[in-house]
Amino acid sequence: MQRPERVRSLSDEQLAANFADIAPALTNDAALLEADKCLFCHDAPCTIACPTHIDVPAFIKKIASGNLRGSARVILDVNPFGHSCARACPVEVLCEGACVLNDRDEQPIRIALLQRHATDYVLEKKLKLFEPGKRTGKRVAIVGAGPAGLACARDLRRCGHDVTVFEAKTQPGGLNTYGIAEYKLKADVALAEAHDILDLGVELRLGIAIGRDIPFEKLLTDYDAVFVGVGLGSTKQLGIPGEDLPGVVDALTFIEHLKTHPYRDTTVGRQVVVIGAGNTAIDAVTQAKRLGAATATIVYRRGEADMPCYHYEYELAKRDGCGFRFNAAPQRIIANGSGAVAGVEVRTSNGSETIPCDMVIVAIGQGERGLVVPHDDPRVFTGGDCANGGAEIVNAAAEGVAAAKKINDMLERTHG
Amino acid sequence: MADLRTNFAGIQSPNPFWLASGPPTNTYGQVAKAFDQGWGGAVWKTIGEPIINVFSRYGSVDLGPTRMMGFNNIELITDRPTPENLKEIAEVKRNYPKHAVIASLMVESKREAWHEMVKQTQDTGADGIELNFGCPHGMSERGMGSAVGQVPDYTCQIVEWVKEVATIPVIVKLTPNVTDITYIARAAVKGGADALSLINTINSIVGVDLSTFEPQPSVAGKSSHGGYCGPAVKPIALHLVSAVAADPSVKIPVSGIGGIASWRDAAEFIVLGAGSLQVCTAVMHYGFRIVEDLIDGLSNWMDEGGHRTLADVRGRALPRVTKWEELDLNYHLLAHIDQDKCIKCELCWTACEDGAHQAIRRLERKNGGPVVEIIEEACVGCNLCAAVCPVQDCITMERVPNDYPPVTWKEYAAGKGRLAPRSEHFHTATWSKSR
Repeated sequence: MQRPERVRSLSDEQLAANFADIAPALTNDAALLEADKCLFCHDAPCTIACPTHIDVPAFIKKIASGNLRGSARVILDVNPFGHSCARACPVEVLCEGACVLNDRDEQPIRIALLQRHATDYVLEKKLKLFEPGKRTGKRVAIVGAGPAGLACARDLRRCGHDVTVFEAKTQPGGLNTYGIAEYKLKADVALAEAHDILDLGVELRLGIAIGRDIPFEKLLTDYDAVFVGVGLGSTKQLGIPGEDLPGVVDALTFIEHLKTHPYRDTTVGRQVVVIGAGNTAIDAVTQAKRLGAATATIVYRRGEADMPCYHYEYELAKRDGCGFRFNAAPQRIIANGSGAVAGVEVRTSNGSETIPCDMVIVAIGQGERGLVVPHDDPRVFTGGDCANGGAEIVNAAAEGVAAAKKINDMLERTHG
Repeated sequence: MADLRTNFAGIQSPNPFWLASGPPTNTYGQVAKAFDQGWGGAVWKTIGEPIINVFSRYGSVDLGPTRMMGFNNIELITDRPTPENLKEIAEVKRNYPKHAVIASLMVESKREAWHEMVKQTQDTGADGIELNFGCPHGMSERGMGSAVGQVPDYTCQIVEWVKEVATIPVIVKLTPNVTDITYIARAAVKGGADALSLINTINSIVGVDLSTFEPQPSVAGKSSHGGYCGPAVKPIALHLVSAVAADPSVKIPVSGIGGIASWRDAAEFIVLGAGSLQVCTAVMHYGFRIVEDLIDGLSNWMDEGGHRTLADVRGRALPRVTKWEELDLNYHLLAHIDQDKCIKCELCWTACEDGAHQAIRRLERKNGGPVVEIIEEACVGCNLCAAVCPVQDCITMERVPNDYPPVTWKEYAAGKGRLAPRSEHFHTATWSKSR
């Protein structure tokens, strides 16, 4: 990636502090106190709010009773991505937002941190909670080793089917490994979670892009069913002049670089402009700031109320000291004499204006993947971002699990 | 996966978790639902001449935000006709043949009345009979319940009558409202009981409304003492179960009852000798669903400890319950404060200074340094500071080794053995002078 001039001078210690877990793990004491606060509701709103319908009161009660193994099993049984969801789920709008304590004018139970407490125990003790089912001899191909594909793979292995996962990248985990803000979820946890699933006997073939290296039709010949969870494509283009200047980078590339290199190796400008106002734009602007940018500013063509990001993400960016320019539609990216980025020209209600900057991060959403999938074939199933247009890990996990159930039902029927 | 199958005095159940006789076992619908959710057995709400209940029957003791830490009731036995109860027991047993279905009985103290009730009960196919000699309120005023269980002779007599006609195991449920429960337990054994269950509820008044002076639960402004239960009574129940289980003249299975709400509670009852477990209040609070974690947690604990069956753990802690005079006087402990964990609340200092042995020193608050430290020569290793400390593992009790062989009070009083030098109340002795 093209880099602007190196301007940052944060120490490694400061960088480590800036990217430390934004929601650190609970101590044992704190987890017990929190677990005891849970009312143990029946038909609990938190469980209903969760796309994977984790039995939240049950797992919290098990933390309170000292049954951490059982607690983690309740979570991971229905959500193979319980580790990453505990760190990256938008719980404010899901389980914690639904907690009945909100209606008693109290803070909701810290469900995400309790989920982390229970699931960390599994990683720490290296517990194997699930086993592959009795071998059926049926073969399923899964395209994409992200949360949807691996969730599907996990449950198909529990049913005893042979599973091969094709992944274009060099590591499994999809956006969990490459795309979640570093202060929420680190790649080592994402990879440990992925490997926990792969250890059930999933064949993983890395560096293979279906459609490029192997034709999709071949999967239909070689396998009894195919699940497609390829996620979305690269960041959309702005379609304005100057987009190809050095110093202009798309958000996903920026975040992936940050997550796969030592922090100091990701260069950030002194004055950074992030174009877009979705959750990825927030991840980009906060991380640019945490890398040491003097200013990091969201530039958004519409108003504050129109921002697609979650409200709590907006609040986080404000706390991080990020700037916001609303109703400012980018017209072109301006270069200086040496051809580097010097500013973004925007149209506002008062006419044109140039926002000076030396780095532009584009975060206006991802396009679709080019993979052509025969949707009319009953043996083909889809899930995750490529099917839902881009949502959360928990949605991908829920869709992968649901697809595994459908695939298993189909394979059992054809089995006779 | 641990094997939780239970054989209690010949009564089989898939796991040791039974619903205790009480409101949750009042009807077919409740017991069937409980079995569907995993309960291993149920002791039907006590059958007898149907009673008339008062309105307002339960009182709760809340501890801070925790509801129903203690609970009491002035509800009586079943208010449903005997034929209806027996018909439903038969139906449950028919539909759930592998579960333990036990009928709790209470009738007037007449031989014929007991004979008749026992015979009718056996016709249902029930697996066992539990004699309610424990209910402390209402029924006792009519010469039943704890009025029987508080008198060894009555207990023995009625068990004998029941055993004259019983063809299924007879469990005698004991009241804790006695001076020494082992006397009653032995009387039940003498009468021929096949097993015991304990404890029934404890006499109690849970509180008084200070604006109206009405004791709770209030019935038109008045109340009556009721049976206390819930997590608060567990320590009393653990003691009484262990006392009965360890009694060499008892030697029959004991079903543990009293404040069981989690698998840990259950495990504690088992290692103190309980052969099955009965639960009521926790179900009244949270529903039948709690059985899932009771089973899961107990099973995971057994797996982690390498225990395959309940027999492997039953009574394992009993040999460690001894008389005070058999405890080692040369086992010395010293409190240790982990200063990195200390949050500087000084609760330990306050407790030790005012409530124990003045063995903690306060230091001036400066530069984030320690604010409390143990005065080792004064510490008697009593555990109070560790008990009040709000941080887990911040204050620990550390063994202080010495070269003196163990010596018990019994030995020492008989002139045997030597006492290791110990911290005494040197501080206490100078307390009035130094402060």
